[in-house]
Amino acid sequence: MTQPRTLFEKIWDEHVVVHEAGSPAVLYIDLHLVHEVTSPQAFQGLRDKGLKVRRPDHTQATLDHSIPTTDRTLPIVDPFAARQVEQLRINCKEFGVPLEDLGSEGQGIVHVIGPELGLTQPGMTVVCGDSHTATHGAFGALAFGIGTTEVEHVLATQCLLQNKPQTCEVRFEGVLPKGVGAKDLILALIAKIGVGGGTGHVLEYAGEAIRSLSMEGRMTVCNMSIEGGARAGMIAPDDKTFEYLAGRPKAPHGQGWNDALARWRQLPTDEGAGYDKQVSIDASALEPMITYGTNPGMGVPISQPVPDPSTAANGESIRKALDYMALEPGKPLLGHPVDVVFIGSCTNSRISDLREAASLIKGRKISPHVRMLVVPGSEKTKRQAEAENLPEIFRSAGAEWREAGCSMCIAMNGDQLSPGQYCVSTSNRNFEGRQGKGGRTFLASPLTAAAAAVSGAITDARTLMQ
Amino acid sequence: MQAINTFSGKAIALPVKDIDTDQIIPARFLKTVDKQGLGKNLFNDWRYLEDGSPKPTFLLNQPRAEGAVILVAGDNFGCGSSREHAPWALMGFGFRAVISTSFADIFQINCLKNGLLPIIVDEATHVDLLASAGGDEPIELEVDLPNQAVRLPDGRTTSFPIDAFSKKCLLAGMDQLDYLLNQDAAVSMYEASHRDRVSTL
Ligand code: SF4
Repeated sequence: MTQPRTLFEKIWDEHVVVHEAGSPAVLYIDLHLVHEVTSPQAFQGLRDKGLKVRRPDHTQATLDHSIPTTDRTLPIVDPFAARQVEQLRINCKEFGVPLEDLGSEGQGIVHVIGPELGLTQPGMTVVCGDSHTATHGAFGALAFGIGTTEVEHVLATQCLLQNKPQTCEVRFEGVLPKGVGAKDLILALIAKIGVGGGTGHVLEYAGEAIRSLSMEGRMTVCNMSIEGGARAGMIAPDDKTFEYLAGRPKAPHGQGWNDALARWRQLPTDEGAGYDKQVSIDASALEPMITYGTNPGMGVPISQPVPDPSTAANGESIRKALDYMALEPGKPLLGHPVDVVFIGSCTNSRISDLREAASLIKGRKISPHVRMLVVPGSEKTKRQAEAENLPEIFRSAGAEWREAGCSMCIAMNGDQLSPGQYCVSTSNRNFEGRQGKGGRTFLASPLTAAAAAVSGAITDARTLMQ
Repeated sequence: MQAINTFSGKAIALPVKDIDTDQIIPARFLKTVDKQGLGKNLFNDWRYLEDGSPKPTFLLNQPRAEGAVILVAGDNFGCGSSREHAPWALMGFGFRAVISTSFADIFQINCLKNGLLPIIVDEATHVDLLASAGGDEPIELEVDLPNQAVRLPDGRTTSFPIDAFSKKCLLAGMDQLDYLLNQDAAVSMYEASHRDRVSTL
């Protein structure tokens, strides 16, 4: 009998091309996603060395980070962003890489479009010059972010040099309470293990609460693995996974689908397989989570006060964070005024996120002093939302409905906070200045963000739900 | 890539934990298609005032930072975004090594591929180094890659881990891409023998 293996080990073993003594393994990459910000230097590297893209058919480019989310028929005003966008077009044309350009239905945040197009499939290795590539792990793929030099490696050889990471099982036991969702699960995990807790590990999420999540919820969880320091996070594929993929344009069809399905069903971790580390969280005891500080590990249940650095283990970091956030230790977070609400990013910009936010906004007005941006993750999501009349709900409540892109998650495109502003954001990073120089970010779920927009302050969304 | 062997130079300390790559180089400076010219924006938002003038209290604006080649930083340095602009900016400023107790995975890989040496030391040595490199008098450290050792100002040495392959590449100034390109035949064989899976796209 063969040794029982984890999901990760099965994918790893399947993708090792060669592994010479004294060198890292050469790992084959099935899907390479490319965007405008981390690829220009890699394409230039190919050009300088006279190399081609080995497998353009396994490569997909799109525009997301630096593009405006306003009227797409207008030219891009920022000359640097315009140059970067143009450079990606030139590179894709020159090297034969397919590009989902502005205006096409496939355009959007890389980690939203991969699954939507059916490119992301169980058992694959997926990479992108972007740390949130772990999102694709929700499909039972081994997906991780790489730097630009590695982007060049994959473009040229379809392979990466990799040292085998360790494995960590994260179990979310029990049933999630009403009003508590995927974002709260992952924020609770990061608060528990810290922003370096997963370093060197691939996380496999398991347990009843994970199984009960939709594919979109699973993507939200896997997406923020990097915020816990882990390059990859993954979830074993099941019928929900296959149902999501069936009929997607790039998913296998006909006999190919049946063959793939047979392979995919072999992927889940074998009984008796071991992990290097294990973490367990009781999902049934969770509350909506929110961050108060300047890294994603600084999160608390929403009813809790701002922590006191003088009694905390990480006191010096918390003191520095509270200073930046202008928050007082011991004061409640509930009721803290908010200036901006951002619904979007590769963490929470999918149709179910937009529906969730809309369900709370519907029939209400957002607070007059709050600016609310709703930015769908992809053109396809945007069209779906339009078909469901969601933009109307947001607009009539006083929110802005924008074009698809990363937007205020990274604030490269002009969508940004002003110094000192407080923002409840469904994105994934609350680092100093992440949403605009001097801006202050509270990370939370779409429900919590919508509740803050309506009441103009941090609010437990459950108090506004029937 | 420039080969690394042994070098010595001035070390300065930035005793902050969990410094993320958004602090090392804020996103608005990523709208570039080059690797060069990022050193001036290293730690930009900690380094400059609203009007763009240098903030006198920030480390990099002080005389002791002049000519520094080693940065001693708090735990878990380089977390967050995968941007390789972070090591490019550090190298653009003149750094050749960063010392901490731990580095974020992607940042560490990016450093090794660019010839910026990530040096992991134990906690006690780290505390000592943060104190001595953070003092008013500049300190000199000697980095010895072949022996994986750092010579401290008091003459002691401390060793650091590095994977054998990265070490070999750094010592030779070898681009890791060459190794991958040499595997071309094996990759073709792999593609042929895994056609079913590889062709699902
Ligand atoms: S939405 Fe934010 S985190 Fe996601 S890919 Fe874009 S910039 Fe990165």
